[in-house]
Amino acid sequence: MKFVDEFRDRGLGRVLAGEIAEAVEPGRHVKVMEVCGGHTHSIYKYGVDDLLPENVELVHGPGCPVCVIPMGRVDDAIALAHHPGVIFTCFGDMIRVPGSNGSLLEAKAAGADIRIVYSPLDALRIAKADPEREVVFFAIGFETTAPSTALTLLRARQEGVKNFSCFCNHVTIVPPLRALLESPDLRLDGFVGPGHVATVVGARPFEFIPDDYGKPVVVSGFEPVDILQSVLMVLRQLSDGRCAVENQYKRVVPYDGNGAALKAMTEVFALRPHFEWRGLGFISQSGLRISDAFADLDAELRFEVPGVRVADPKACQCGEVLKGVIRPWECKVFGTACTPERPIGTCMVSSEGACAAYYNYGRFARDREVV
Amino acid sequence: MCLAIPGRIIEVVDEELRLALVDVAGVRRRVNVGLLDSEERPACVGDWVLIHVGFAISRIDEEEAAATLGLLRGMGEDFEQELEELKASVIE
Ligand code: SF4
Repeated sequence: MKFVDEFRDRGLGRVLAGEIAEAVEPGRHVKVMEVCGGHTHSIYKYGVDDLLPENVELVHGPGCPVCVIPMGRVDDAIALAHHPGVIFTCFGDMIRVPGSNGSLLEAKAAGADIRIVYSPLDALRIAKADPEREVVFFAIGFETTAPSTALTLLRARQEGVKNFSCFCNHVTIVPPLRALLESPDLRLDGFVGPGHVATVVGARPFEFIPDDYGKPVVVSGFEPVDILQSVLMVLRQLSDGRCAVENQYKRVVPYDGNGAALKAMTEVFALRPHFEWRGLGFISQSGLRISDAFADLDAELRFEVPGVRVADPKACQCGEVLKGVIRPWECKVFGTACTPERPIGTCMVSSEGACAAYYNYGRFARDREVV
Repeated sequence: MCLAIPGRIIEVVDEELRLALVDVAGVRRRVNVGLLDSEERPACVGDWVLIHVGFAISRIDEEEAAATLGLLRGMGEDFEQELEELKASVIE
């Protein structure tokens, strides 16, 4: 497929791996965080980490939208789904995410009308086809996905669809990155920046990382060659003693982002003062709610939701995994009590979760010690 | 769900609703192209776009893609040449 196969070229991957081995200073152990779950997925799917020298370590970041939804919000979703007359719609990877009392999949088995959709527009179509029922869309995702929800709500408004609403859980990427950079747990040398978030927000919002924290960021595409090239670009900045935002994914990412997408988001969403992230706790100004102008389309206002905060299960170490403090296989329940079929934590659910990526691609590289 | 895939616009089917028919590796589906409206020109037939949850979130710039690949291939040639030279060398 065009723009895919070329960036999966093994020969180019090998060349880049050679360049990376040369670029890293001898005796130095470099930790680079790939922020986005999409990158984590590609890294394990294509064995990108196997091509890296021992002293270049990829640390997985918090950018998997499914992974960061806290238990309490899943419970709220389930409560919405059980509301009489509601058709509850969500993306496929949300259905297995555990809440404090089961998942949406279990709620569905217990009789709730829960339907998987590929797009929020599919949810809107269901609402239009069945005007007697209330259709709620479980909106999740970073800035990559939020504009799609925004456009769907704008369209619902425009078409006067009365039986559609949105349970908004959209989050933004900069606050958790700042929280990570402030945390003493983790020493990182640079970042592979989230390419799809950047198609919307641009590369500019990541300038705080070099400006305030003196670390390089390279906004990256998602194919193996993209990721390898981005790692190389980070290493080159390090060896040159520079730090800046660089854009490896120029074919898709405009430095200033997508104006139409940002405009739609500003119209439809407002920042929440704080939002809870699974494993990371509350982070200020990191979540979006439906704006006052669109309050009639906000499922949280239209229906009662419990809104109870639930602590993560004791056995779960997703927080450490999301912060890159431990590797997935270091969690005590990884692959035993916690598997994609019966997940305890969220990182085992979505294919972009670090635990699921390890598990699904059979990459139990326990021999690679974390330094 | 956070993945995005490239596709090519085959037809703009509804100007007002901003819907276009795209071809993704032989599969044809409708997607919304409203997020491309702020760019210097609206989505057109033949454009390559990146599709995520039913929306084209960005146009793919063919020239930039070619430039990235060109740079990498150049690196590849240097590497192959270096390898050839290494093979040719007989250090004793
Ligand atoms: S193995 Fe399960 S519980 Fe442990 S960190 Fe991964 S997803 Fe969370």
